[in-house]
Amino acid sequence: MSTATVNNKKRLRSAQDMKSDSKRTTKRRINRTLKYAVLIFFVIIILLPAYVLFITSFKGTADADPSRAWLLPQVWETGGWSKAWATLAPSLGRTVVLVVPSALVSAFLGSINGYVLSKWRFPGANIVFTLILFGMFIPYQAVMIPLTQLVSNLGIPQGIPSLMLLHIVYGLPICTLIFRNYYASVPDELIEAARMDGAGILRTYGSVIFPVSAPGFVVVLIWQFTSAWNDYLFAAFFSSGRNGPVTIALSFLAGGQLTDYAASMAGALIASVPTLIVYILLGKYFVGGLMSGSVKG
Amino acid sequence: MLKRAKTWGPGVLLLAPTIILVGVFVYWLIIENFRVSLTNQHTARPSNKYVGFENYSNLLADPNFQHSLWNLLILTIVFLGGTLLFGFLWAWLLEQPSKGEGFFRSVYLFPMSVSFIASGVVWRWLLSSLQTSQPGGERTTGLNRLLDSVGLGFMQNDWWSNPTWGIAAIAVPAIWQLSGYVMALFLAGFRGIPDELREAARIDGCTEWKLYRHVIFPQLSPVMLSAIIIIGHMSLKLFDLIRAIVPDANTYDVQVPATMMWVKYIGSDYADAAAIGMILLVLVAVVVIPYLMYTSRAEKR
Repeated sequence: MSTATVNNKKRLRSAQDMKSDSKRTTKRRINRTLKYAVLIFFVIIILLPAYVLFITSFKGTADADPSRAWLLPQVWETGGWSKAWATLAPSLGRTVVLVVPSALVSAFLGSINGYVLSKWRFPGANIVFTLILFGMFIPYQAVMIPLTQLVSNLGIPQGIPSLMLLHIVYGLPICTLIFRNYYASVPDELIEAARMDGAGILRTYGSVIFPVSAPGFVVVLIWQFTSAWNDYLFAAFFSSGRNGPVTIALSFLAGGQLTDYAASMAGALIASVPTLIVYILLGKYFVGGLMSGSVKG
Repeated sequence: MLKRAKTWGPGVLLLAPTIILVGVFVYWLIIENFRVSLTNQHTARPSNKYVGFENYSNLLADPNFQHSLWNLLILTIVFLGGTLLFGFLWAWLLEQPSKGEGFFRSVYLFPMSVSFIASGVVWRWLLSSLQTSQPGGERTTGLNRLLDSVGLGFMQNDWWSNPTWGIAAIAVPAIWQLSGYVMALFLAGFRGIPDELREAARIDGCTEWKLYRHVIFPQLSPVMLSAIIIIGHMSLKLFDLIRAIVPDANTYDVQVPATMMWVKYIGSDYADAAAIGMILLVLVAVVVIPYLMYTSRAEKR
């Protein structure tokens, strides 16, 4: 259809527009109501499991039964919470000790890598980058058997020390990716100017790149923090209930046939608090991290 | 030559720790794993006899493993379909700036910040097909009970305790958890479409449907590809959620290669565990390698 005929039609129609205007606003209003109805419906769906977690955690033993899942507690009790806290507290401490340093180290290495790969490129840099990136996608099951062997050969104790190493190593690809995409937005002229002044690769990093890296670090640290905090696969292979992170402790608390439902629900909430806080406070950056997770950023 | 090496030498040097770590922990270990998968290391006692591809052929002939592949296929289809559907729907609804947009986005995204182990605690309950006997007859539990009480009783089912389709029930919490991620990807895609493009299409007399068909969908297809790759490879690796919802590791109903690998590992059958790992790697590589090559080529252009 050509533009001219459309315009003509439009002009012809414009006389009736006045009349149909009110019709159109009604239609728009209906559309808007419909849209919000759908949006709110999905909010309810998304929050339902959270609701069940929350109310069940305050139930007594007899009250916490799957057949009463949707009902409010008959009596609000905190027994589940104190039991969950007593069970999880030691592992929470260990998880903090594990997650914070490993996030910092892999973020720092990722920043250096991203800098080299975006601003100090060498022949074959793209191939090296793609090879590093592939490490982000591999199913860890494909390296797990020799990995357990390697870690024990290296003499690294089970539990937090070996998990720390693994989170750093397997966090490198995504950290490198995020920083490489982030530094792509830093103008090359800044680097050139520093080079002209005779600054080497490290001085340029220290004086030009590092000072503008804060947003990149926030994204990477959040990403590494959440994924290490929530990891279960490595924890299952490299630690036990005695020396493992909170996901392991929680799975022992909630697993098995004779489960204290109130305590395991409270435990699930306790284990999720740190990542939820990070998400609520820094959600905007969290989304930024998600975006970078999609390779092209 | 020397001069050139001087300019890029320091870069390579800085990258060296990562190259070595990734080289050892990814590529060397994959080769090692492949080697183990070709041996008869089926017990804790070290044994290194080369058996060729026997473990692979035995696995592929094993009905349990075949079933786990079937489960993986169903899981991936449902997981992908669900997250793409809801992710796109939400992004489409939230694409135009509107009141409360930030609130909706945050709620849809929040499950993503929780671990599968934590959310599994509640989903295990919700997806329970148990009937509890109470005074006054049998009572259903969890989601079945909710469906019953809102008049959707016909949708009740035995969730994951079904050998053929039970695995689809595992996809429900996975969809709950990751649709928000796909929404965020699509939202970024929508934001990347210049307003002028839509205006131009509207002026040309495009109907809404044609606008989507010829302008918006093509613009969104790279984002869609990313979403498929990310969710697809998550699905192939899915392990924690299944372990959290179905405590019995040896269950046949919802066994996937990733959980079966764990069962073999626990039973000290390292050769079989390694072989399952290799099969998973091949499945992931078939999807991911072309994608990585495509993105690195697209970048060069």
